[in-house]
Amino acid sequence: MKNDSVKKVVATGIGAALFFVLARFVAIPSGIPNTNIALQYGIQAVFAVLFGPVVGALSGFIGHILTDLTWGSVWWSWAFGTCVYGLIVGLFAKKINIYDGNFGKSEIITYAVANLIANIVAWPIIAAVGDVLIYKEPFSLVFAQLMVAAVADFACAMVVGGLILFGYSKTIAKSGSLDKE
Amino acid sequence: MNKVLNYIPKDSFIHRLSGTTKLVIFLTFSILCGASFDTRVLIALFILSVIGFLLSKISLREIRVMTTFLAVFLTLNFILLFIFNPEYGCELYGSRTVVAHLWGRYYITLEQLFYQFNVVLKYVIGFPIAILFISTTNPSEFAASLNSIGIPYKASYSVSLALRYIPDIQKDYHEISQSQEARGVALGKDVRFTERIKNSIKILMPLVLTSLSRIDEISNSMQLRSFGKKKKRTWYVLKKMTAADYAMIVFCAVILIGGLIITNQGGNNLYNPFVR
Repeated sequence: MKNDSVKKVVATGIGAALFFVLARFVAIPSGIPNTNIALQYGIQAVFAVLFGPVVGALSGFIGHILTDLTWGSVWWSWAFGTCVYGLIVGLFAKKINIYDGNFGKSEIITYAVANLIANIVAWPIIAAVGDVLIYKEPFSLVFAQLMVAAVADFACAMVVGGLILFGYSKTIAKSGSLDKE
Repeated sequence: MNKVLNYIPKDSFIHRLSGTTKLVIFLTFSILCGASFDTRVLIALFILSVIGFLLSKISLREIRVMTTFLAVFLTLNFILLFIFNPEYGCELYGSRTVVAHLWGRYYITLEQLFYQFNVVLKYVIGFPIAILFISTTNPSEFAASLNSIGIPYKASYSVSLALRYIPDIQKDYHEISQSQEARGVALGKDVRFTERIKNSIKILMPLVLTSLSRIDEISNSMQLRSFGKKKKRTWYVLKKMTAADYAMIVFCAVILIGGLIITNQGGNNLYNPFVR
């Protein structure tokens, strides 16, 4: 199921569409410009865990660029941040056996570690370097924006993404869940 | 809100260009605008993008929402840039010409004003081009043109699927949130923040589950039609390249190379009018 390339193509498309819808219509502002507490990163994390790094990266990247296009300018450094974020969370997907119906303590810890690394690499590193190089914005401003982004996205991915993954794992029958009567 | 990417069908020179050409124009401007901080190059790009915008016959009224958004964003960004580091322009250009003293450490310097002018210019250039690109390119043609500039067709097809399913997912979201509201799950401003997050999950959960079953359905039907069996695919909506298209692509190559050469003349990508 996981190694199905057609399914990955479709999952990327639908994931990007979900990302777009959530980013355009359901953003909760955090107080600093261009920085929203964005539910779409929770969904991106879910897709990365369910379908792996390529889908995680591309669905976010496509969704992000499409969203930016509707506002009139693509913010490339952040788009690459989104891409890297999905990629890193997706790399941990094999460790989280969601398709076995397990999302317990060890899976949640793996998921948290994946998100922590992904958020640190994606925002204060990739996106910040991009902002400083492309827009020559002072590092202090960029860093403030991106730290807020990283913290908010981490919280969002943990709460929203985590709860959805937990809910999803409950819909799958666990292996070995049949009892002999 | 049923329009996905604000495509505005019209008959103009820009509309008649193929999607591939418009994508090349968009990327050329994005790359050059990203790589350059040279005021002369930026101003030239700005003039070109305004000319392109005028050619497309799109009226300002049709893009009012986006223009307002950009204006608000630029104003905020302008103020923040100054507050966070009022001396940044001086560091960048290596000189300091004070115009006025505001208070404390806040001096208005020519260098800072010039630097912020450049930043504003950078955002403003991208705007007409992005608008041009999305309002004159048919979304179905978009995926075809991605493929024709060398992006693998499977990735292009993902983009096409995303564009196709955005309205459907929007409808799903709307229906789910309405039915949850009917059951007392509110997302409005009068609800507490933590409550809002909790309630949003009650909407997202069904949304994700329907999307997952939709993925199954679509990929099954694509598999039945042998998607992915061949190395290439053709696109129903791909426009034929005309002489105008080739001319525009050559023109893009010229401004890209010319822009990069001018930009890198002084050793870095800045244009420094403060050097004597």
